[in-house]
Amino acid sequence: MASLWRKIKKTGRVAEPAPGRPESAGPADKVGELAGSVQIRHVDAGSCNGCEVEIASAFGPVYDAERYGARLVASPRHADALVVTGPVTRNMEMALRRTYEAVPEPRLVVAVGDCARNCGVFAGAYGVAGAVSDVVPVDAEVPGCPPRPEVIVAALRGLTGR
Amino acid sequence: MTALIQVILVVAGAPLLVGMMRQIRARLEGRAGAGMGQPWRDLRKLARKQPIAPEGTGWVFRLAPLLLAATAVVAAAAVPLVATDAPLDGVSDLFAVVALLALGSVALALGGLDTGTAFGGMGASREVTILALVEPTILVSVFALSVRAGSTNLAAIVGSVAENPWAVLSPVSLLAAAALAIVTIAETGRIPVDNPSTHLELTMIHEAMVLEYAGPDLALIEWASAARLSVLLGLLASLFTPWGIAGADVGPLALLVACLALVVKVAVLGALLAAGEVFMAKLRLFRVPELLAGSFLMALLAVAASFFLP
Amino acid sequence: MTGSLLATASGLCVVTAAAALFVPDRIRALVAGLGTAAAGGFGVAAGVAAALGGRWSVWLPELLPLAGVRLSLDALGGVFVAVTGGVAVCTALYAIGYAREHGRVVHGVLPLFVASLLLVPAAASVSTLLVAWELMALTSLLLVLAEHAHRPEVGKAGVWYAVMTHLGFAAVLAGLALFAAHAGGESFDQLRAAQLPPAARNVVFLATLIGFASKAGIVPLHVWLPRAHPEAPSHVSALMSAAMVNMGVYGIVRVGLDLLGGGAPWWWLVTLAAGALSALYGILQAAVSSDMKRLLGYSTTENMGLVLLGVGAAGFFAVSATPVLAALALTAALLHVVNHAGFKTLLFLAAGSVLRATGVRDLDALGGLRTRMPSTTVLFAVGALCASALPPGNAFVSEWLLLQSLIHALPASGVAGAVTMPLAVGVIALSAGLAVATFVKAFGVGFLARPRGGQAERATESPATMVSGMAVAALCCAVLALAPTVVLPALTAAVSAVLAGPPAVSGQVRLQLNGVIGTISPLLIAIALGAAVALLLGALRLVANQRARRRARLWDCGAGPMTPRMEYTATSFAEPLQRVFDDVLAPESDVDVTPVKESAYLVERVRFQSRIPDRIEHRLYRPVLAATAALGRSARKLANGSVHHYLAYGFAALTGALIILAVLR
Repeated sequence: MASLWRKIKKTGRVAEPAPGRPESAGPADKVGELAGSVQIRHVDAGSCNGCEVEIASAFGPVYDAERYGARLVASPRHADALVVTGPVTRNMEMALRRTYEAVPEPRLVVAVGDCARNCGVFAGAYGVAGAVSDVVPVDAEVPGCPPRPEVIVAALRGLTGR
Repeated sequence: MTALIQVILVVAGAPLLVGMMRQIRARLEGRAGAGMGQPWRDLRKLARKQPIAPEGTGWVFRLAPLLLAATAVVAAAAVPLVATDAPLDGVSDLFAVVALLALGSVALALGGLDTGTAFGGMGASREVTILALVEPTILVSVFALSVRAGSTNLAAIVGSVAENPWAVLSPVSLLAAAALAIVTIAETGRIPVDNPSTHLELTMIHEAMVLEYAGPDLALIEWASAARLSVLLGLLASLFTPWGIAGADVGPLALLVACLALVVKVAVLGALLAAGEVFMAKLRLFRVPELLAGSFLMALLAVAASFFLP
Repeated sequence: MTGSLLATASGLCVVTAAAALFVPDRIRALVAGLGTAAAGGFGVAAGVAAALGGRWSVWLPELLPLAGVRLSLDALGGVFVAVTGGVAVCTALYAIGYAREHGRVVHGVLPLFVASLLLVPAAASVSTLLVAWELMALTSLLLVLAEHAHRPEVGKAGVWYAVMTHLGFAAVLAGLALFAAHAGGESFDQLRAAQLPPAARNVVFLATLIGFASKAGIVPLHVWLPRAHPEAPSHVSALMSAAMVNMGVYGIVRVGLDLLGGGAPWWWLVTLAAGALSALYGILQAAVSSDMKRLLGYSTTENMGLVLLGVGAAGFFAVSATPVLAALALTAALLHVVNHAGFKTLLFLAAGSVLRATGVRDLDALGGLRTRMPSTTVLFAVGALCASALPPGNAFVSEWLLLQSLIHALPASGVAGAVTMPLAVGVIALSAGLAVATFVKAFGVGFLARPRGGQAERATESPATMVSGMAVAALCCAVLALAPTVVLPALTAAVSAVLAGPPAVSGQVRLQLNGVIGTISPLLIAIALGAAVALLLGALRLVANQRARRRARLWDCGAGPMTPRMEYTATSFAEPLQRVFDDVLAPESDVDVTPVKESAYLVERVRFQSRIPDRIEHRLYRPVLAATAALGRSARKLANGSVHHYLAYGFAALTGALIILAVLR
């Protein structure tokens, strides 16, 4: 316990200073209604897990997306936004649709990564049903393969408006 | 009057307490944190969202959040937090308050069962198991505390402590305080009994029951769990650190001082709890009964001490 | 007044019984039900009249040879008569719809059972009490056996019940006969005035305690209760569980506190310990039981344990010179008797309603009754709330009073009290907690969510007569829960009939304890809860955006639809508790793995079986039964069919008796 305390004291704050507020990314009316609090349910629709690593670091201590009012939750019922990664595979198509259906209004969808935006390198593969926007309406996109945590955080700040 | 002040304090302050505790955890983990107001922003947003009626659920599912929050409001009105005169005479009995909080838990457990999902049932089952095991500790510690006051009326207990504040350093008080602190953690679902921020359904207790709730229902539940935490911490503060609490029939100034003292005390307790959580991992579910048995033993020792060390 | 009411009630019972035998099948249930309900109503009136000061006694020398029938109804008996009457009203109304298929014997015996229940608390001599007691045992046995033709288990349960109840009868008989022999007379007045040597007093108390406790379903004499209740028709279960078990409590209070007038502190510590053990063991078994009626039966053991705990505490306080607490504890115990009668009637009737609609008692196969049987669901919820001792339920009030009497004991009662009372408080608390778990399970798994089996899926609501019987019981529960002060005068009178001292509890809206500090207002708690709900609804209306509630699929993690097989069952619900109390419950489970023929590593079928036997029955009764059977087998060798041998046995016995007489004289 003492060693943990020493470590906490030695490490101090690791969160990087917040960059300036980016322009709003999502639809203005929904963002206004959410007013600084966005709960997120992450759906892996067939990703290679590269984007997952970056999302994990976006919510880690260094980038700390939580300070802008975004938080990952366990149930789509609690969520305001779906963060979808990967091209939508045939196995996940119905699951993604059902997850979207489970989210109460107002709801947002963020497609994270090139695969989610336009299937990326998996375009045309036999197991791929399409990009995220082919299955559910997408409100914001984050480009990159994988996208850097800063970009993900910036997109989420666009939703929280903070 | 005092009841109204307490309800307003708890209604407004409970989410801030949770925000503060999250902020403290964030800082200790090297993060910046979302700020103390974040739970209020979350509640505002949830209240505006769309409520959902999952298929197969009925009036039990709908009523559960209301009943849970109502029990928290009544408990906030009944527990002497800012003044020792009984805020709601006839309700402010320790047994009654404990039973009211249990009623809230039961309502939520039934709400979880009403969904008919595996997780809802699992959460309900675990919640009532812990509830059943927590009950003896609470009542026996109440026994120990009520011996000096000669009553289980909360106002009488807090009043007798406020008259002689240094008596809290007696073995009776210390043992009872330790026992009650453990059950407070268990009742409010904090680490090491339950992890309020877990995403893993299989380890959930409280969260598993609320997986189906959305929008205003969820707002009520989140607010109620924050309020229960504040009321229980406030009760601990009133029972064991009665400094600053107002006596019966006092002016507005004394009440103001009492409110400030309450806020400070609850904030300190909350900060300690949050800091403690950083240093601890959640216990396995089937180790929790051992923890609660330990707290029961402490409560029994407290009663024994109250008899043999007057 | 009291006498004529009681006579009318018993007379109506007999007339109804006769009528039920002779009226045509079509209207038999109606006639029997209305007659018994009317008798119950007169019983309530008689009990209330007796409790409010109309003490009455009569001696009918010609009714029974030798001793005659001696009846007397005082306030204590009045409370029990009134409770019996109330239970009879609800069950009789319910039976009109429920017991339509039962034959004439069942319809005819039920009123006689009610009559015997009304007469036991009115008996004022040993012989009258024993006759009424035996009548009660026989009629209830016939009723337990009502459905023996349909299910073989009924007969087995009947044997257990018959044996246990007659062993109890023998104990009561022995105790009271000894008492009467020492007192030189058998009327209760003579017994009261008698001066017994301490050893005889101890024997009388212990013998009657054992006999009465077996009727009350107290551990370890409870084994008949969880067997007989599931197999009896539900309205009979309700009468037995809500009215008949009370007679055991009545007997202990009457003999121990009234006729023997207190006694040694250890008597009452034994009583208290037996009560505490029953409360814990009963509710623990109920918590892990998934048969709805068995669960309710074990819950009866728990509640009678709590009552006995209160009676034990009252006796202990009475003999250790703290009359204030004694009166408080006994008031609490009697109030709990009344409350338990209310909610247990309701719960058994609701369980019967479910049983009628689905044909299953197994909670694991129920569920989804909320939409199919809405009235029964609401009524069961009321009963479950009351039974789990949470506000605003009625058991909360009586358990609160009981806890108050125990908590205030500390300064007064010496070392024995200081050790006992905290443990008793812990026991009550744990049993209250486990009761919450039990009834959350019974209601949540049995009635909510979706049906787990086809029978539950096809359930329909019960007829109006059944619902009205339950509704009367629910109304009584609500009155007892919100305004317990309405029964206080009667209870106070009953307590002062056996204990000297001022009334323990007073008040109108608020219960105020006399002599110790304590006050509670169940009505205020209910109003505060209602106000808080209204406040929250108003606040939500102000803040919320008023979006319409949307129906949605259950969140199934995006996979296929949730099937009822994925729901939590009663067994899985109780699994954590079962694991925590593993050492006490000793569950038995076996796993049977069948591999495929080609390879031992590939599994074809896995069979898992788990059951939780009644451990006390296993440990205590099985060896006795086995020994009895062994004795019988070895005795069989004596009966070898030879007349010469039999004559020799007779000769040997006679000679032996003569030798013993010669030595003793």
